[in-house]
Amino acid sequence: MLQRLRESKSAQGTLLALPTTVWLFVLLIIPLILTLIVSFGKRSPDGDVIYTFTLDNYIRLSGYSTDCPDGQTACFDPLYVGILGRSMSLAFNTTFFVITLAYPLAYFIARAHPKQRNMYLFMVLIPLWTNFVIRVYAWMMLLRKEGAINIIIGWVMNLLNIPFTPLEMLYTPGAVLVGMVYEFLPFMILPIYTSLEKIDNSLYEAAADLGANAVKTFLRVTLPLSMPGVVAGTILVFIPVMGTFIVSDILGGRQVILVGNLIQRQFLDARDPTFGSAASLILMVLTLIVTYFYTRKFGFGEEIVAA
Amino acid sequence: MISEFAVEMRDVVKRFITPEGNEMAAVDHVTMKIKNGEFFSMLGSSGCGKTTSLRMIAGFEWPTEGEVFIEGKPMGHTPPFQRKVNTVFQSYALFQHMTIYQNVAFGLEMEGAKEEEIKKRVGRALDMVQLTGMDRRKPKQLSGGQQQRVALARALVKTPDVLLLDEPLGALDLKLRKEMQLELKALQQQLGITFIYVTHDQEEALTMSDRIAVMSKGKVQQMGSPVEVYERPANKFVADFIGESNFLEGKIRTISKDEATVFIPGLNAELTGMPVSDGLVKGEEVYVSIRPEKVRITEKNAINQNIFHAKVTNTVYIGADTHIYVEAHGVKLKVLEQNRISRLDPKSFYSVGQEVWLMLMPENTLLLKKD
Repeated sequence: MLQRLRESKSAQGTLLALPTTVWLFVLLIIPLILTLIVSFGKRSPDGDVIYTFTLDNYIRLSGYSTDCPDGQTACFDPLYVGILGRSMSLAFNTTFFVITLAYPLAYFIARAHPKQRNMYLFMVLIPLWTNFVIRVYAWMMLLRKEGAINIIIGWVMNLLNIPFTPLEMLYTPGAVLVGMVYEFLPFMILPIYTSLEKIDNSLYEAAADLGANAVKTFLRVTLPLSMPGVVAGTILVFIPVMGTFIVSDILGGRQVILVGNLIQRQFLDARDPTFGSAASLILMVLTLIVTYFYTRKFGFGEEIVAA
Repeated sequence: MISEFAVEMRDVVKRFITPEGNEMAAVDHVTMKIKNGEFFSMLGSSGCGKTTSLRMIAGFEWPTEGEVFIEGKPMGHTPPFQRKVNTVFQSYALFQHMTIYQNVAFGLEMEGAKEEEIKKRVGRALDMVQLTGMDRRKPKQLSGGQQQRVALARALVKTPDVLLLDEPLGALDLKLRKEMQLELKALQQQLGITFIYVTHDQEEALTMSDRIAVMSKGKVQQMGSPVEVYERPANKFVADFIGESNFLEGKIRTISKDEATVFIPGLNAELTGMPVSDGLVKGEEVYVSIRPEKVRITEKNAINQNIFHAKVTNTVYIGADTHIYVEAHGVKLKVLEQNRISRLDPKSFYSVGQEVWLMLMPENTLLLKKD
């Protein structure tokens, strides 16, 4: 037995992959199948699941309805489609701002003196030591009407003798965006840093030697060679942002409802796991579609290898 | 041509701060004048300042003191992309995300050349380095030797006044390296471009160069043709670094205008008729330097001048030659004999313990100052 294992590379591979495979099967594949089954079920009046096969939950999500108030035979309620659209546009916006903020910083760290580099990376990671929820609450303290930002602006305005009414920043889509960008920034900085750091200095010198100034060197050499990092970071940011509900819950209040909040409320408040399951699956499918087209264009952020 | 000299380094100093915080001169008052169309090598071991000198010509570093001139123009802080020199990097520094064609075209695109012209010139450059038809491949799909050629084509396509080469053959295997040495030399002669070549390999420098600057500790030790630096090394460092040398410690007994007599305490004997170089005086401590291949070794005592009895302590057969290690009164010497006849013939070589005679012909020796 042991002898066979020593000789067989494929048996070694199977053995090494076994724990993760079991883990994923029990905690991902089986729950997913359960979710799928539940999503085709019906809610009983007391909040239990009646196992049957109906597409009612999906039809309800699409907004199409035959039970219309003004006597029409069919009508359309954009509530859920709107939530999905808002979630997706927020995920796009968050990813965009995260890239815009993370790239220059990653570039700065990658070009810094090796001694300082570790310190900068450390500083990027420090916020992650604090709980996610607590960091979001911290933004609440900054953004609310009596919060730090309003106090500082008010103080400056007072000095300048300009009348100032505190800004309503909390519970707006902007607050949610700011919170999201803040939360996911490190996940973009690290992969971009990694790919920038790998670029050999002689490549910058070669570009300069061949007549490229700083801007052209960046556009033709640095940026293309760091794309794997941007792609990896985008996947790490976009997918979780699509599903998160804590940031919108705390910083958006009841004003900004994302698909994550919708799912959470179906399970915990509305006690309708069948509709929650359907929404979960639709979210997953949407995320997969976007990721599929994105990775088909840019790859998974792997090394640029010979085509 | 604007200037007789393609590149001139005038009293250039480059100081760095070491990690310990000390100041160190990587290049220490170097002056070099490199003629147009010359194949010029900077030769030295790592840390001798050769690469730093090259980088200052390329514009990657700026001198702390002194000035670099290219075609007679002082460069000051001119950035690399405004200098009419191009570099072949030791690591090749090819752009992995671009095809071979795109790599070679890059420099022309930066000049703003038209697409038609780029196509023509890239094609010609790839033909020149024998990479015709490889233009669509990525660098990783090529062998080390081919990548090296791409790096060469990418630099040459810009038709620079001066091509800078930083140990370009360092990563290639011996056979390929020897081929490339001859190819590079032929290419240089064909194009008539000034090549400045940095290497630690003395054989490479001797093979290709018109002139060599032997460098050590940031200073130029000697500048001259391959024959000059090999046959007339200026000091012990050069004699030792280029090729091999036996050094016998001695003291000048008598000295005239053309020859000197040197007493070698180790051999308890005098060497007569030694050639005289500048600045030597009577009583001075010197090294008598002689190349291993220039020591004559015989079984019988044939002449009377400068001949010593010695014993073979070891022989090393290396194919074309045999290295014979001998000892005479405790002084150790290395002698190189060509294997003119098959080593399978037992009479063709000296054996360990054999008594031999060594002849140091005056014309093959050099007196070097002890410092």
